[in-house]
Amino acid sequence: MIDGSFLGDLASATFRNATPLVYGTAGETVTERSGVLNLGIEGTMYVGAFTGFAVAWWVGDPLIGLLAAIVAGLLAGAVMGFLTVTLGANQHVSGLGLTIGLIGLSELGNRLLLSGSELQKIQPFPQWNPLAGLGDIGLVFQQYGLTYAAFLLVAPATWWLIGRTPFGLSLRAVGENPEAADAAGISVARTRYAALMIGGALMAVGGAFLTLAVLGAFTLDIIAGRGWVCLALVIFGRWGIWRGVLGALIFAFVYSLGLRLQIMPGFDGIPRELMLALPYLAVIAALALSGRNAPYPGAYLKPYRRS
Amino acid sequence: MSTPAPLPKVGSRGSALRSTIAASGSTLGLGLLAILVALILTSPVIIIAGASPIDAYANFFLVPLSSQFRLLEVLVAATPLILTGIAVAVAFRGGYWNIGAEGQLLLGAIAATGVGISIPADWPPIVVVPLMILAGALAGAAWALVPALLRTRLGIDEVVTTLLLNPVALLFVKALVQGPWRDPGGITESPPIVEAGHLPQLMDKSRLHLGFLLALVLLVIAWWVLSRTGIGLRIRAVGLAPHAARFAGIRVERTLLGVALASGAIAGIAGVSEVAGIQFRLTSGISAGYGYTGIVVAMLGGLSMPGVLLSALFLGDLRVGTNKAESALDIPSQIGAVVQGVILLCVVGLLAIRRWRISRSDRPADEAEPPAEDERHLENAPA
Repeated sequence: MIDGSFLGDLASATFRNATPLVYGTAGETVTERSGVLNLGIEGTMYVGAFTGFAVAWWVGDPLIGLLAAIVAGLLAGAVMGFLTVTLGANQHVSGLGLTIGLIGLSELGNRLLLSGSELQKIQPFPQWNPLAGLGDIGLVFQQYGLTYAAFLLVAPATWWLIGRTPFGLSLRAVGENPEAADAAGISVARTRYAALMIGGALMAVGGAFLTLAVLGAFTLDIIAGRGWVCLALVIFGRWGIWRGVLGALIFAFVYSLGLRLQIMPGFDGIPRELMLALPYLAVIAALALSGRNAPYPGAYLKPYRRS
Repeated sequence: MSTPAPLPKVGSRGSALRSTIAASGSTLGLGLLAILVALILTSPVIIIAGASPIDAYANFFLVPLSSQFRLLEVLVAATPLILTGIAVAVAFRGGYWNIGAEGQLLLGAIAATGVGISIPADWPPIVVVPLMILAGALAGAAWALVPALLRTRLGIDEVVTTLLLNPVALLFVKALVQGPWRDPGGITESPPIVEAGHLPQLMDKSRLHLGFLLALVLLVIAWWVLSRTGIGLRIRAVGLAPHAARFAGIRVERTLLGVALASGAIAGIAGVSEVAGIQFRLTSGISAGYGYTGIVVAMLGGLSMPGVLLSALFLGDLRVGTNKAESALDIPSQIGAVVQGVILLCVVGLLAIRRWRISRSDRPADEAEPPAEDERHLENAPA
């Protein structure tokens, strides 16, 4: 049963299932490096999934849908910025309120626009394989453009942005010591707004990947806690993108393997739901093993107000 | 537990809005103002959904109060919200960010169902009902135990771990109702629990059940423990200033562990109440997000027990009202979640504005108000 095509398919699924987590983790990493925890991530991914799909369905082009999801993510980040940066409100509660409100808005929109007797579908983004000739191993490269973008563009760009650009320097300064950053002439508020909006856009793309590429449809509970997984991956990644990506691949590997084992003889007595729960438990275990003495940004959770 | 309202400064700069905000120094005033702002902010959404906001709000809030039956339905809807509201408020008061009430509720529902479908049918209710409640409380506490131990032993942020266990609990419920507990009738629900496990109805022709009284009793107990006992003092001290509490000899980790388990147990009882009082079986829709709504209840109620009761009744009213408006005005009931989310954002935003106004007044810092109730975690952030 376990042959080349099984392994190729498993590897392919691992990268595909890691994709939304890479976007979400990149977004949350940028946000948290500025000192703001965004628990709105689950809702932002959800609204990205819904907006992307609804617009793509309306216009008939998934690319326009993707742009709409990005706009929704920017707006969600700006709302979070107004609460936690401008007002200095509690970040935990603001993020949870944002998640509850955005999931509510998406489900309301779904009822108003899309609900009917049958599930609405769109023509999703196509898969792409530059190395189809390699047989089983080539299966790994059978991916959506957004997956290539996640690993080859977004992850390196996030690393470069945080570590190698003037904006990244401001970001880290604001996240570690906002008083000193302010004294050095960096606008704390502007930097945090930018981080929240960039992060929101990335999270929304992660959600939209599910509707615009994988499913070609919007279903309720489509994010199913993936935003919460990203929060854990940021800690697991110690606020660096590469370890976060590694965590996303581990989660996606356990997830994809579970789904494949569950239909194999010998494992078919195990309920599918328990296999689906496995990766969440794996993430908690990974946190328990590695989350000790996590290097939280110095200004984590602290609102900044000039005195 | 509202802190005394700051004295409004006569003649200070400020518009009518500012003085309104200052006047909302009391928790009740702040809650009402938050609701008002939230309703204004939600109005455009209602217009887009195709109804007039005035009609919609009348349907959401007034229609449910217009007959005895509907009023009792509001109490039915408020029952799980009171319980999850207590669970969240107790945890937040202790500075423990339990955001896993949803999962703990589901575990309570699983345990109650487990007892209810496996116990001999001829056992009397006086045995079965307490057994179900006990099992649900233990299961909820057990679900809260792992994040609590990870927090107190290894310093791992409980926000992430409690959140992550919510989807796991839902998958667990689905695995049961689609697998071993699947009703022979073929639908994805558990078989019904024994008759003796049904919580007694409090009135004829209403679904109001013993769970409501149970919620009120737990509310009074939580109020008494938090405000009148040494345990409550320790919990509040740990929540307000963990370092100072540790310096004063309070065992912070032990207090946090106790708070987490109590919170999980109360959320678990909410699950028992829904199984044994309303559904009489386990379904994957047993909780309509009650664990998350509990956060709205707790914050809107200023983390005080009287506040939890009032806001649970208010949100129960909203829940019945949005269901009614779905047929009366053709507004999808999902609007209720939007209103809830916006209320939560308004509460937390207004708390921040109030705190800001206090810190900007020209009183010397050492006479300033104690930290606003949502600020306590700042000292508590993992470093």
